[in-house]
Amino acid sequence: MQPKDDGRRRRIASADRMKEIMARHFTDLDGAAAGGRKVAWCTSVGPAELLRAMDFEVYFPENHAAMIGAQKTAADFIPAANAMGYSPDICSYLTTDVGAFLRGQTPLTKAYGIASVPAPDVLVYNTNQCRDVQEWFSFYSRRFGVPLLGVTPPRSAGDVSPGMISDVAAQMKALVAPLESVSGSKFDLDRLRETLRLSLAATILWEEVLDLARNVPSPMTFFDSTIHMGPIVVLRGLESAVDYYAGLKTEIAARVRDGVAAVDGERTRLYWEGMPVWGRLRSLSDLFQGRGACVVASTYCNSWVFRAFDPSRPWESMAEAYTRIFISRDEEFKEEYIRRLTSEFSADGVVFHEAKTCPSNSNTRYGMPQRLRAAHGIPSVVINGDLNDLRCYSDEQTVTRIEAFLEQIESSGAGRPRVPGRAR
Amino acid sequence: MLAVGLDSGSFATKGMLAREGGQVLARAIRISSPSFEQAADEVLRAVLEDGGVQLESVGAVVATGYGRGNAAMATHRRTEIACHAMGVHHLVPGPHTVVDIGGQDLKVISVGPSGEVVDFSMNRKCAAGTGAFVEEIARRLGIGLDSMDGEASKAEEELALGSYCTVFASTELLKLLREGRSVRSIAKAAFRSVVKRIVEMGGLGRRIVLSGGVAAHNPIVAGLLAEETGADVEICPDAGYAGALGAAVYGLRHAKGDARGAIPAPSGPS
Repeated sequence: MQPKDDGRRRRIASADRMKEIMARHFTDLDGAAAGGRKVAWCTSVGPAELLRAMDFEVYFPENHAAMIGAQKTAADFIPAANAMGYSPDICSYLTTDVGAFLRGQTPLTKAYGIASVPAPDVLVYNTNQCRDVQEWFSFYSRRFGVPLLGVTPPRSAGDVSPGMISDVAAQMKALVAPLESVSGSKFDLDRLRETLRLSLAATILWEEVLDLARNVPSPMTFFDSTIHMGPIVVLRGLESAVDYYAGLKTEIAARVRDGVAAVDGERTRLYWEGMPVWGRLRSLSDLFQGRGACVVASTYCNSWVFRAFDPSRPWESMAEAYTRIFISRDEEFKEEYIRRLTSEFSADGVVFHEAKTCPSNSNTRYGMPQRLRAAHGIPSVVINGDLNDLRCYSDEQTVTRIEAFLEQIESSGAGRPRVPGRAR
Repeated sequence: MLAVGLDSGSFATKGMLAREGGQVLARAIRISSPSFEQAADEVLRAVLEDGGVQLESVGAVVATGYGRGNAAMATHRRTEIACHAMGVHHLVPGPHTVVDIGGQDLKVISVGPSGEVVDFSMNRKCAAGTGAFVEEIARRLGIGLDSMDGEASKAEEELALGSYCTVFASTELLKLLREGRSVRSIAKAAFRSVVKRIVEMGGLGRRIVLSGGVAAHNPIVAGLLAEETGADVEICPDAGYAGALGAAVYGLRHAKGDARGAIPAPSGPS
């Protein structure tokens, strides 16, 4: 039996390795300028592979904002961004990150001894997830006086057509020339193919790790996944991410083999739809755990699975991978996606997190919970909150909603001691 | 077989002692603040004393409401969603939709034929449609909370308070007063606003039962909700105690060994 780090959550030993490679990532970024290496800031679902293939050190402001959120200090910074005209209603990653910049603070100092975020030489966004990232990076482009580049794929897409893919691929190719002028070196297609090969390998392993939660009992929870997704966001395209997820998969697969449950006495299995509430990961994890409920899968953690990557057709496959993501799709696609994953992970219901400042990641606003119930009999609960801005979150109301939902599921007979085994 | 239900609400803590079949033997109420724990303890002692029974002879003490975690003597906890559904069902058998208008929140609960929760939704985290809204309007109108229903029922005209936000609604109210509109008509507009917030939440069936303190003290809400929805609307007898009764009914079940869905209390006496 593996140890539990706080009497409830069962510790994943690979976390130590993750801390090492994440520390190296930030140390490399911190030393980039002194070492003559260029730094590109990239959105989390942006064309990171292209930047890596062109020898940029890649920094992800969303990751930085989430770190601040997890430390529960976002409210110290958001008002600074609000005061300069960034509304409290827009992305709280943006207001958190910009606010921290304005205040001259970063969690990297405490975590890694790094004085400040690495200054960018270029900023590259992808609006596949939302337009806020473009405004976010525009702020830094003005502040640092560096080029702002980006791609703008279609949004709310039903089928992703060949025309859409060729358009996005062309936008990505168009990044090469301005990036070359920043980096001072020539683009190499073979380097891109190799980077894509590594990204694909890491993303497949990440998906395989997530899929292990199909087992009954589940060997890991959504809350574990939100921690262990770090490398797939910031290190994809590098060998270290591949190695990391190979090790994590081995560890989690051993749990399955040994019948080790993430939640002792797992009775209820849930799907999480929407952003994490970064400042409440621990308390929410404890809440579910204490009730024998395991959040087994999520849209969010699956958002960094890019099966479409294909080194033999790098541009088209990058365009396809970054355009097919859930967040860019229409309601019909999203409904079927949630239905399918809920079924495949044997979830009894869905917890929808309606994030006040993230409409793109809040799939509660066009009747989705009601349709899932009516068409597929999937019960759900909606919690109102936010990814970072805890002023939009009520602990009391959230606990009551979740506990009432678990009561509802258990009373219906769905939540019950389960027969161990492989889920569908 | 005896059980106690304690509804530790945001404003008041209500308690009921019930015996098998759900017959109520005693009840008590205390203001929850400032100590939810003390209020729960006092209510428990009061119902035991009133009922003439010792704690040892009670099979289960079930706590519900926002302060359910503060009731030290509770053997089990349940949410107010489940308890309001069960309490109302015990008095007005389901299936139906229970609309619980509390001091701080608003709940729409679809109740099945056995009193079970089929589905539910709660208002967003603001005062719109809650007792806090009614309280603020009463304060602004300069009348007692107890007078709101009586005043509203004598309204001379239909007015609208359209804002979600209680602060915005208060400024609307001031505008209406400046225009010379009557306190009575504005009071009715406040209840109309509560009803509109309920309707917007969706999930209302053709048969609605109101519970919670706001409906108990302001029956005008039932009439306005019937007008807005065309549904059959009734106020649950003992609307303010429905949560405590539901908790007691669950307590009787738990005492018999059926604790499905209950949240075991970590520090209860049994």
